[in-house]
Amino acid sequence: MKRVLEGSHAVAEAVRLAKVQVISAYPITPQTHIVEILSEYCTKGLMNARFLRVESEHSCMAALIGAQTAGVRTFTATSGQGLALMHELLHWASGARLPIVMAEVNRALAPGWNIWVDQTDSLAQRDTGWIQMYCEDGQEVLDSTLQAFYLAESVNLPVMVVLDAFYLSHTYEPVDVPGQEAVDRFLPPYVPKFQLDTAHPCGFGPLVAPGDYMEMRYHIAMAMDDALIRFGEIEDAFAAQFNRRYGPVEAIECEDAEIIFVTTGTLTSTCRLALQDLRAKGEKAGILKIKLLRPFPYERIREELKGAKKVAVIDRNFSFGAGGIFAQEVRAALCNTPDHPPVFGFIAGIGGRDVTPEMLTEIYRQTKNSDAPQKESVWMGLHEVKYAD
Amino acid sequence: MQTDVMDREFVHSGHVGCPGCGATIAMRFVLKALGEKTMMVLPACCWSIIAGSYPQSALKIPVIHAAFETGGATATGVRAALDMLGDTETTVLTWAGDGGTFDIGFQALSGAVERNENFIYACYDNEAYMNTGIQRSSSTPYGAWTTTTTGRDWKKLRKKNIVEVLVAHRIPYAATASIAYPEDLLRKAQKAKNMKGSRFLHIYASCPTGWRIPSEMSVKIARMAVQTNIFPLYEVEDGLRYTINYKPREYLVREYFRLQGRFKHLTDQDLDQIQQMVNEDWELLLRKAGERA
Ligand SMILES: Cc1ncc(C[n+]2csc(CCOP(=O)(O)OP(=O)(O)O)c2C)c(N)n1
Ligand code: SF4
Ligand SMILES: [Mg+2]
Repeated sequence: MKRVLEGSHAVAEAVRLAKVQVISAYPITPQTHIVEILSEYCTKGLMNARFLRVESEHSCMAALIGAQTAGVRTFTATSGQGLALMHELLHWASGARLPIVMAEVNRALAPGWNIWVDQTDSLAQRDTGWIQMYCEDGQEVLDSTLQAFYLAESVNLPVMVVLDAFYLSHTYEPVDVPGQEAVDRFLPPYVPKFQLDTAHPCGFGPLVAPGDYMEMRYHIAMAMDDALIRFGEIEDAFAAQFNRRYGPVEAIECEDAEIIFVTTGTLTSTCRLALQDLRAKGEKAGILKIKLLRPFPYERIREELKGAKKVAVIDRNFSFGAGGIFAQEVRAALCNTPDHPPVFGFIAGIGGRDVTPEMLTEIYRQTKNSDAPQKESVWMGLHEVKYAD
Repeated sequence: MQTDVMDREFVHSGHVGCPGCGATIAMRFVLKALGEKTMMVLPACCWSIIAGSYPQSALKIPVIHAAFETGGATATGVRAALDMLGDTETTVLTWAGDGGTFDIGFQALSGAVERNENFIYACYDNEAYMNTGIQRSSSTPYGAWTTTTTGRDWKKLRKKNIVEVLVAHRIPYAATASIAYPEDLLRKAQKAKNMKGSRFLHIYASCPTGWRIPSEMSVKIARMAVQTNIFPLYEVEDGLRYTINYKPREYLVREYFRLQGRFKHLTDQDLDQIQQMVNEDWELLLRKAGERA
């Protein structure tokens, strides 16, 4: 059934339909709408779940680690500072091979306090062993959240469904909310592969010497590789049921494109507009939207970009001293292929700054007019910056 | 004492605790009382090591090792999941050191107790961070040497009174116990087991390695701590009803201090001052228990 929903509510609907058993959350703008509605669903009996109103994000993730190890499906949502506070336990969740699902609303990190969109929070958790999916609109948020449980549970790794603050979390759009029976046909009930059990007492996560630790990490690496294959299978199953599919990347008019934008999140929608304009003027542009950050779809990215003359990666994030993070990832994907296109890095929309179609057209113009990137990243739309000595 | 309880054993003999380790004695008694339908949350502490390294376990109950500061929170999740699965019989036990309880895990513990989560939190108190090599914690007593309070900088601050902090939460049950009084410890653990809501056991657990005492002195020192009123045995129900379980005859703290290497720098004057502090705390406890006006 089509309903007009906020991105936040699209998450909540998916969590309800996934029949999550334990939810734990701590409030932070702009995640609050997700957890408020879930709290209400639990109170009203629309969900048969325990809602844990914990005293911090750190305890929130710890509680989910406990609950998932005891054998139930779990969920949380957070943002910005909250995600940063969870850091230690993000490693713990993946190391313990727990299929926890989290919605993460991209929010700029303080100081200064800024509640608007910026991807640096989730990208800073890139190496924690979580699968990360970046979403473009409300429908993709709902669909990805449902798929996230399936994917997490099939490889025993946690999944983060990432959505932009406000542009997605607080924006109303028509979203097709599937019925419970259809979701039940797609998503099997949670069957833990291991759990705390007094009849079979085991120690989970004890001291591990160098003689075993490395193999355990290698298992996680293999599960991540497997996740890319499973992602495709789960998308097939989802498409068979709901007739929608997104792909680990989406190539938009890339076949004959000479310059390809690489985008993520809601910025992609703006870029679609700019692309229409450019194409109307006869410019051979295309877009490669990246959905999966981990596992990173290296082969698909090499494949889609190999025909391009130039690549322009737009990053709504920054790694100080290095550059835009998606640009680094794309460069890493391309560097061992012969004759790969040069990668231009652009920083735009930091801390919730608007990214307009005009700005994207300007990025296209700059990329077209330079033979090679002059620096690692070009910051777009900066006011004049004065440096103090 | 019930013999069937005494006979059962949930700690394997191959654990790697130091000889005379009070924390290991404490674990044995508490598990005897709680029985096999127990799941343990084990934040980082000496017991993370004592429990054995992969793929072995020194415990005959399921254990989830947890991040240092998450004892209260991880148990919250385990309990919630068991409730969702319809298992109301199993006891969830968090087993943490003083550092994991008084310091870094304090927020998660306070949060769990404020929510009155249905679990037992046992803190075995060896009065320092022993796992990492005897660093001071907020449970380290006045007067003690640790590797971060050395020489002239021996700890000149009081030990945090964790039971009183939890009592202020109106916790349904909080009790102190000692490895030197096993009947009392067993009774309290069983009493806790048969209650609902948050329950806290503060267990005095001597540490020969960290306290610089011979291993065979472990239990004797623990007994003296109770007899001198340094570590009184008492319990509090609903944050209101105090019961003092043991009233010692007047013992002086001096001998307790003189037997331990960690206190060897203290002068007679220091010990007089400590005696005063102990008397003061004891008076306060008697008043709370309604035994003094
Ligand atoms: C976040 C974090 N900081 C520090 C440590 C290192 N660490 C592990 S155990 C421990 C001390 C534990 O002290 P306590 O809780 O008193 O238990 P004990 O070792 O004395 O039995 C420390 C500091 C850690 N594991 N995690
Ligand atoms: S250091 Fe102390 S607490 Fe730790 S195992 Fe040895 S005796 Fe026990
Ligand atoms: Mg300690």
